[in-house]
Amino acid sequence: MAVDLNQTHFELFGLPVRFTVDAAALEARFHELQREVHPDRFAAAADTERRVSMQLATRVNEAYQTLKSPLRRAVYILQLRGVDPEFETNTAMPPEFLMEQMSWRERIEAGSEKPESLLRLQAGLRDESRKIYEALHAQLDQDRDDEAASQTTRVLMFYEKLAEEIDDKLAELET
Amino acid sequence: MALLQISEPGQSPEPHRHRFAVGIDLGTTNSLVAAVRNGISVVLNGHDGHALLPSIVRYLRDGRTLVGREAEAEQARDPRNTIVSVKRFMGRGLKDVTHAENSPYDFLDSPGMVQIRTVAGVKSPVEVSAEILKTLRTRAEESLLGNSGGELAGAVITVPAYFDDAQRQATKDAGKLAGLNVLRLLNEPTAAAIAYGLDNAAEGIYAVYDLGGGTFDISILKLSKGVFEVMATHGDAALGGDDFDHRLFCWAVEQAKLAPLSSEDTRLLLTKSRAAKEFLTANAEARISATLASGETVDVTVTQKEFQDMTRPLVAKTLGPSRKALRDARLDWSEVKGVVMVGGATRMPHVQQAVAELSGQTPLNNLDPDKVVALGAAIQANVLAGNKASGDDWLLLDVIPLSLGIETMGGLADRIIPRNSTIPVARAQEFTTYKDGQTAMSIHVVQGERELVSDCRSLARFELRGIPPMVAGAARIRVTFQVDADGLLSVSARESTTGVEAAIAVKPSYGLTDEQITQMLRDSFDHAKDDVHLRALKEQQVEGGRMLEATEAALREDADLLSAEESAVLRSELDSLRKTLSCTDHRTIKSGIERVNRASEAFAGRRMDRSIKRALAGRKVESL
Repeated sequence: MAVDLNQTHFELFGLPVRFTVDAAALEARFHELQREVHPDRFAAAADTERRVSMQLATRVNEAYQTLKSPLRRAVYILQLRGVDPEFETNTAMPPEFLMEQMSWRERIEAGSEKPESLLRLQAGLRDESRKIYEALHAQLDQDRDDEAASQTTRVLMFYEKLAEEIDDKLAELET
Repeated sequence: MALLQISEPGQSPEPHRHRFAVGIDLGTTNSLVAAVRNGISVVLNGHDGHALLPSIVRYLRDGRTLVGREAEAEQARDPRNTIVSVKRFMGRGLKDVTHAENSPYDFLDSPGMVQIRTVAGVKSPVEVSAEILKTLRTRAEESLLGNSGGELAGAVITVPAYFDDAQRQATKDAGKLAGLNVLRLLNEPTAAAIAYGLDNAAEGIYAVYDLGGGTFDISILKLSKGVFEVMATHGDAALGGDDFDHRLFCWAVEQAKLAPLSSEDTRLLLTKSRAAKEFLTANAEARISATLASGETVDVTVTQKEFQDMTRPLVAKTLGPSRKALRDARLDWSEVKGVVMVGGATRMPHVQQAVAELSGQTPLNNLDPDKVVALGAAIQANVLAGNKASGDDWLLLDVIPLSLGIETMGGLADRIIPRNSTIPVARAQEFTTYKDGQTAMSIHVVQGERELVSDCRSLARFELRGIPPMVAGAARIRVTFQVDADGLLSVSARESTTGVEAAIAVKPSYGLTDEQITQMLRDSFDHAKDDVHLRALKEQQVEGGRMLEATEAALREDADLLSAEESAVLRSELDSLRKTLSCTDHRTIKSGIERVNRASEAFAGRRMDRSIKRALAGRKVESL
């Protein structure tokens, strides 16, 4: 395939490798790129072009999803810097952090029948995550402390899980 | 081609020819075909002057098939051979069919999709749907091409957004069987959004609430500067106006204290119930009266309030998915600028009221709920066929409605592509062997949101063969799941340490294999007349012609991307392909097409690269 699939997501989007991303610019660029490569542009084209278009549109979607999500973006930046955050194996987290997680979990469980307490927990979780993302921003963009950033990213993964759990519980209540 | 078609230079790859493409709304109750004519999307009427073709197919003993109103007229007399609401059976097994007990059909529970025994033999829902599509195709050809003997460039067929892979595949198969070049499967609410959005120059977040004859969809879209981006979609692929008819039917049977009914009487009373339901939209009460074949008479009156009370649980079933879609889009109703109502069933006042209460705003009803989907599909078909006009520079970004996963240990589903991912989308997953020398492994793909595989829909079982024998855990088999712009899944696999392409045997749990489609083509009455080979030849000629045209247009634009040598190779392959077009063996043409394909691969890649660079032109990579 002649298309350069080795470009980084940032290169593809013409953006600097930075954790801070201008969401509006990212979206605008996403639309510009899809306007060029989307399969709808090639529905009447030859097979080869249709196939390449699908691959590229897939690639653009993947890059956009990665850059749009702060967590995925952080992981990606770390990977580009040659740091493997080892999410699969390195799960050792400080005991006090794990205790705190347990407490969150208990509160979610206790509130699982009451939408208003779930919504309260959700808001609390969001505030908490926002602070951690600010720290991550400093670690990645200013201090360039990849090790600290990896640790923070791992912490955020736990928070993401909690947010998902609250979402699922809220969804269940609606059924 | 009609001589009257005039288009501005630069509007299409070949300015002298307008390629007619149609949008088809293949509905549960009614189907429609629309096309863009003189820049305006219009619904095409049949000989009877009606735009709506009842989605009813009747098979006769003599091999003839009646479609639409003709079939409808006899449905109560010949219910077993008159198939209504076939959309509900697409890509479905017998156990998924609701109200099967009240269905007059002689179902045959075959692996994959349910089939129906008729006087004309066993029919698959794909074949029945193809009959409806063929009727619409003929209508379109007569209306658009007249006696020119030309062909439609293609069709966009709409599907409920919440249709799963099996239902989508079945729909596409039906299109192929009807002899249509299916340009795209388009989600119904998205089609409606295109028609609405372009018509009203809408900007902002909109919800499309689409309650049709047999399916319910809710889609949340963001419309901005010519981009239609679906943020989330949800629904119920087995909920629609039919269920309201059925509820009223059950009530009438109860009221009139009727003994179990024959198929004929069931069909008769269901039809009367539907008429009463429609009457109640604008009237306080409706009468259901009929004389049954058994001699019994039914004469009951139902008030609007009674009808609304008995069907309220059905309306309520649409509210959960609506909330979920909004939650998935991470939005609040206050951020939604309008709720566009689509589908005949949204005419019911209590549906309108429920949506108003849920969303806190008056639903938008300024489009014909029966036609808007076909109109939107026609607009997209026109663009896809290459008739780009100014103002058509919009972009559509749709999503996959249900998560795709694979079965892991203990019957659990491991999600690989989450729902509401923008398509096309792909994910690769790595697998390894667990035994020394293992050369095969099987993978089970499912679709759905539940944790247990048994609660999800089984899509396909894949057998990977030809894995090079290695010690356990050494092989790295990378399986790629690709969902294309139609929302359809395909799977490929490669062993990464040796680069061996593992053979994949696909056994779709639902849907049809290519052989089955070929067989159906052979069996179908229409094609029995013309030779299967002739048909294959024609197909390849069309494909080859399309290939020549597209590649030559590309060469005119971007010839500088090729070295003299590359260009000569490609041009010579094009010449050989042109020569094969007049030959009588479809395989020769096919191999010519393949050679051009290979010779133009690098070219296509570079062209796409140039497109991207153009998109980024004037921008600088600011760092690294």
